[in-house]
Amino acid sequence: MGEFKVHRVRFFDYMPSAIRAMAFNSHTERLALVRADGALEIFNFADHYFQEKVIPGQDGRAVEALCWVGQRLFSAGLNGEITEYDLENLRPRYTVEAYGGPIWTIGSNKQGTLLMVGCEDGTVKMFEILKERIQFQRNLERQKGRIVSLSWHPSGTLIAAGMMDMIRIFNAETGHATHRMLVERGVGASKSREVVVWSVAFLSDYTIISGDSAGKVQIWDGLTGTLVRTHLVTKWDVLCLSVSQDESSLIAGTSEGTVVQFQFISSTVDQQEEEWVRTRTFKNHSHDVRALAHTETAVVSGGMDTQLVVRPLLDKVEKNTQESAMRKIALPHRSLVCCAKKAGLLLFQFPDHLEVWRVGESDGHGKPGDSLPVKRKPEKLIQLKGKGGDHIYSSALSPCGEWLAYSTVSSVRLYRLQYNNISITKVSKLPKDLCLGHQLCFSSDSTKLFASSRHSSVIVVALNQLECKYLHTLKPKSGSRQPVHLLCTSEDGKWLATANTDCEIHVYDLHKRKLHCTVPIYSSCPTAIAIHPTTSHLVVVHADQQIFEYSLVQKEYTEWSRKLQKQGLHSLWLERDTPVTHVTFSLKNPAHIILHDMFMFCIIDQSLPLPESKTLLYNQMTLRSLPEQERIRHSHAFKICKNFKHVMCVSLLEDHSLVVVERPLLDMMSQLPAPVRQKKFAT
Amino acid sequence: MVEHGDIRVVHRGGSKINFRKPVITNDSRFLLCASGESVKVFSTSTEECIHDLRGHTDLVTGVLIKPSNHLQAFSCSADGTVRLWDFTDGILIKVRLLPSIVVCPVLSVSVSSQSLFQLVAVHLPQSGDQLVEARELSAVLTGISSNPAATVFGRGGEYIASANGLQLEVYFFKKQKAYRFSLKEDNKKGGKNTFTCVACHPNDDCIATGHEDGKIRLWRNFNHKKEYTYSTLHWHHSAVSSLSFTPEGTNLLSGGIESVLVQWRYNQENQRDFLPRLGAAITHIAVSPDGALYCTSHSDNKITIIQSCVKVSAVIQGLVKGESVGTDLMIDPRSKSLVLNGKPGHLQFYSLQRDKLLYNLDIVQQEYIHESGLQQFEVVKAAFDASGNWLATVEERKQKGAELELNLKLWAFDEQTQSFVLNTTISAPHEAQITGMCFSHATDSQTTMLVSTSKDGHFKAWQLAAQSQTDGKQPSVCPCPSWSCDFVGAYHGLVPECCSFSADGSLLAVSFQEVVTVWSPASWELLTTLSQPPKAIRNLCFGRLSCSKYLLGTTDSNLLCCWNLLTCSLEWSTSMDVSLLLADPLSENMAAFCCQAGCTDLFVFKPSEPRPLFSQKAVCSGMVTRAVFAPREEMLESCEESSQWLNRSQLYFLTQYMDLMTFTTKTEEERLMASSKQLVIDDSVAMTPFYLLLGKHRQQQQGGDDPQSGVSAERTPLPQGSVAIKELLQTPAHVLPSTSFLCSMFVQSLLISVTDSSKHAEEEMESEKEEEDSEEEIESSRTRPEQQAAVGGGEAAESAAPAMTKAQVRELRRVKKLDHSWLAGLLDS
Repeated sequence: MGEFKVHRVRFFDYMPSAIRAMAFNSHTERLALVRADGALEIFNFADHYFQEKVIPGQDGRAVEALCWVGQRLFSAGLNGEITEYDLENLRPRYTVEAYGGPIWTIGSNKQGTLLMVGCEDGTVKMFEILKERIQFQRNLERQKGRIVSLSWHPSGTLIAAGMMDMIRIFNAETGHATHRMLVERGVGASKSREVVVWSVAFLSDYTIISGDSAGKVQIWDGLTGTLVRTHLVTKWDVLCLSVSQDESSLIAGTSEGTVVQFQFISSTVDQQEEEWVRTRTFKNHSHDVRALAHTETAVVSGGMDTQLVVRPLLDKVEKNTQESAMRKIALPHRSLVCCAKKAGLLLFQFPDHLEVWRVGESDGHGKPGDSLPVKRKPEKLIQLKGKGGDHIYSSALSPCGEWLAYSTVSSVRLYRLQYNNISITKVSKLPKDLCLGHQLCFSSDSTKLFASSRHSSVIVVALNQLECKYLHTLKPKSGSRQPVHLLCTSEDGKWLATANTDCEIHVYDLHKRKLHCTVPIYSSCPTAIAIHPTTSHLVVVHADQQIFEYSLVQKEYTEWSRKLQKQGLHSLWLERDTPVTHVTFSLKNPAHIILHDMFMFCIIDQSLPLPESKTLLYNQMTLRSLPEQERIRHSHAFKICKNFKHVMCVSLLEDHSLVVVERPLLDMMSQLPAPVRQKKFAT
Repeated sequence: MVEHGDIRVVHRGGSKINFRKPVITNDSRFLLCASGESVKVFSTSTEECIHDLRGHTDLVTGVLIKPSNHLQAFSCSADGTVRLWDFTDGILIKVRLLPSIVVCPVLSVSVSSQSLFQLVAVHLPQSGDQLVEARELSAVLTGISSNPAATVFGRGGEYIASANGLQLEVYFFKKQKAYRFSLKEDNKKGGKNTFTCVACHPNDDCIATGHEDGKIRLWRNFNHKKEYTYSTLHWHHSAVSSLSFTPEGTNLLSGGIESVLVQWRYNQENQRDFLPRLGAAITHIAVSPDGALYCTSHSDNKITIIQSCVKVSAVIQGLVKGESVGTDLMIDPRSKSLVLNGKPGHLQFYSLQRDKLLYNLDIVQQEYIHESGLQQFEVVKAAFDASGNWLATVEERKQKGAELELNLKLWAFDEQTQSFVLNTTISAPHEAQITGMCFSHATDSQTTMLVSTSKDGHFKAWQLAAQSQTDGKQPSVCPCPSWSCDFVGAYHGLVPECCSFSADGSLLAVSFQEVVTVWSPASWELLTTLSQPPKAIRNLCFGRLSCSKYLLGTTDSNLLCCWNLLTCSLEWSTSMDVSLLLADPLSENMAAFCCQAGCTDLFVFKPSEPRPLFSQKAVCSGMVTRAVFAPREEMLESCEESSQWLNRSQLYFLTQYMDLMTFTTKTEEERLMASSKQLVIDDSVAMTPFYLLLGKHRQQQQGGDDPQSGVSAERTPLPQGSVAIKELLQTPAHVLPSTSFLCSMFVQSLLISVTDSSKHAEEEMESEKEEEDSEEEIESSRTRPEQQAAVGGGEAAESAAPAMTKAQVRELRRVKKLDHSWLAGLLDS
């Protein structure tokens, strides 16, 4: 495996923000998730829960609710606006002011023709969904008090609205309120506080289920407006509800961090009469569960503790399969760290600012496993605040460390750095074509900047001391409209590879300035790509953990890749639940491929035999105990190191030392606010 | 168990009442529970034992009300029979033999039984015979838990749920299909998922299971292989030992080591009620069929009856059994009750005759803290003097790293309060653990003496200090005498083990490891030493009565020696590994328990005779270390030689599983059976001495009610109680005479009792009554002694019965002539 001097970097104070709302589209199996800072993330549940797209947020945009209408995604927030997202160009398409004060909730009818929002001023506003926009249609009868939650009956005739202290049922045609159901307040001191109906769900059998701030999940008869049952679930608030597609299961998220499941079960075996019975309780969160989605097979929950948890329902999935394992998605599936290999600099990307650090130095020598004394401490060179309230989408630092570029939804900015007396100057005149950059990347000699633009095209800009000049645009032939999410260049500056969320990988010849080839499309989305500096092989790792090596010269898969596919990857490798987010190569040994995911980093030695299905995959410890001769016999290509946890980046510097950027979850947890007080046994 | 002649080892008195789940009858008046080899019927209101249903010859392993007749109950036993009882009258109705050993029954229309961890359905043959052999057995489930709480019938007997280890199995009878659900061994937090008990909801398809880690799971949808679901309730911090739904299914009761009964609302599980401080870990929970009463069995052999408003209403306490008995078994000379360790820090006085706990005596007088790992004061030794006036107790506390704390307490019997009162506390009587303690047996002498031996190498004699010491200068000091040390003895620095006084109190034998020293308590001089081939002495015992010249001892080297104290020489010795040697205080007999190959043998012998009176091999498994001769209330007349030793007293012993066993003879059993038949009394009244007294009195009164006793006696039969009305109300309608006849009789009964007092009518009335009574007697199949007694007075007048009809005809004629108009007015008013 080789020995490395490792820079163990733990000063990246990355803190994801709390999950606010989510919406699951069961047709496309995409989960849309919005965080407290307004950032939107799209996860593809069909493809190993891979985080496909991210739309950064904006200062002052607090999204409260999300809603899928077919393939279109709408959000509404406390700024009183309804936004539709452009998922191809990863930006808000347009916003419409609802003129009703802050919007608490959004919903659509089953047919996908109407959108309704609940406003602070007590109105439910209906919008007609047109092809390119939405248009205000009418208001329902105005109520006193804000509308906190809404749910449309599947037939489209009735609407249930959760308010303060009550639930209203509206006739969708006439717009008049037909029922008024009072929700009981909490007991004791909270008797004087009005109860908020945080969430309602209108089922097709005219049952209304509500969750409120007194900790109750209540089941109502929507036709008569009577209370059927009350389940006291928590001492605190029930914040969200979600009903499964077939309406046989219901989940409720609470402030205690628990998710409570209710099931619609017949009380005796042979009878048809069914009732809602509280069954399971999941406790996967330490803080409020703010958003829930009930998929066919799993409970998806997220909240204040920023983690997205996918908890499979064991009665719906096969036992002991990959599907039955619980997943916690804590870190983003894309790189937020950029490493300038030659200069030994690190660029950390935060939602609203960038930091440039110089890694520490040490001249000590020690045994493997020792920590060396630090001669020069790591230092923060630059902190660059984003302009204009838009959050940063992507950023890049040139290998020499002299150029820094970042992009937001609206613009791309380029800076020139000087380190002898630290200064930063903005390059003011940028070519007009460079306005959108989903991904940014510098060439290895720092003379070119690549920015991916709309429809998977890449804009090439030449940089020199004096000016910055637009060269040309590279376009794929496929005509895909999806954005590029991975971009990489070769060391010799000849190749540029792009990967988009349609799973296409295009390779461009930069000398000829045209498309060189397209890698055969694999069904799973690529999560990391890299071009080997000497052999010009493209290494692609996909969300389903498959690894491919593609020869750019021969335009075919290499021998090693074919062998790997033939033999198949080790089952333990395939069972890992975090994607590989970064691939680099060793400068010393061209046969080594270095890649990492959240829990490990791995060096694949292409000269060694591949592991058989029965051999031990994680065999570093056993190898160490064996004598020298036997080691060779037992060693295989995958050398996995699990010394580092919650890895955000592993990169190799020019002096052959390894930079490992860690973000321990415990540090993130300690930055969260205190959770609600809970009595623990024996405390 | 090996039968020896007609002497058997039985559970009698002090047996476990918490062995199996008790059953409450439909009217909530009685509680049935398995107790040793019998089924006991307790009254739920008075806590008294009403019947003792005897008949099984081995441990009763389950009791169950017959579903089709709620006045009958099934019981099953390890002797392989299922018996059907009429528990209100205590009558055995039927016996059914099962070919295999029955371990426990479960509830259903057909009685099911478990044998070798297999659940079988038994088809009960319908036959009139009292003894029926059931042959039709069909296995329902195999590999089930031996714990009967882990198998239960669900909703109307449609399915059966059984848990074993980590697997729950549900079997549907109609579909004949079984579903199995298993849990992981341990969850991530280290909780143990092993099932401990199961309960089924009476109306819904919901199974509640208790688990090792204190969780309760409510299973639903279990008729699906995969889509089953459960919710979890968690309050208990350690294993849930019992679960029960109330009959309507509105509440779920659970209990465990915490000794707290938890009542969960079904479907609103976060609302729960607690009944804390029940005293000991809950082992079983039972609910009455009408839901009015709950009852919980506890590990300290107690049944608590709880009203459904979660309030304790009665406590039935059996013999308290802890992990071990520190003190010997003793007999209180006054109350003839068995005395041993009871609740922590207490001595219990248990009446063996009445099978009832008399009272607990708090020895330690400190709060006991229910927490494992705490070292607290424990009563380790106790001794009574011969008259029962004095009780000596030793309590000790051994803490890690701390010095041993010892207290010797002497208690005097107070005639006024009829209990023991603390007289003297001697803290640190010895420097090390006390190994033996005994009182001088002399009943006549005023100087009661106590000798204690200790590991510190001394034995001490304690004496009640003379009165003069206390009333010398300070008259204000408590005038009652207290105890103080009289003599400290030692022998070559050896550690004394046992001590024993001779029957007349003139000699004290103390064993110092392998040497037996004999002292004179009067002068404290060492009279002689007796020793045997080296090995420490284990037991030391003086002979009684005619054998008082003998001293017996057992050694570690499997030797039983008998010394003659007159010659100071070894009379005889025999090689046997005696674990316990015991002398009967009322006869010359000695009992020796020998441990051999994991079993205990019993030998009863007289020291003067070389041949044992009685011997029985394999009395029980394991070693017997505690036993006692309890004097009988009345002497048994047994002529058989082998059972004569049981005539005056009864031998009780504790097995290693803390079961109190005794020996019984056939004649005794027969007598008991006979007496239990005689003791058929009115249902609701407990068979107390008070009742017997009253009952006798009433019988006498009724007997004395002869016809000529006068007018005052005439008032006693009230109209409701009069025979005519009884006849009218109790006779079946189809055998009643015509209404006109009845009406006249009815009117007549009213007339006589209220108005007319003429001698003639009175006589007629009496004779009529007699006739009715005699008729009733012939009709009723079961003769009640009570009724017999009531009728007995008039038996002689039976010959007058034929004349009765004439009298009636005459009376009828007279009534016909009477003007009935007033009757309407009477009826209207």
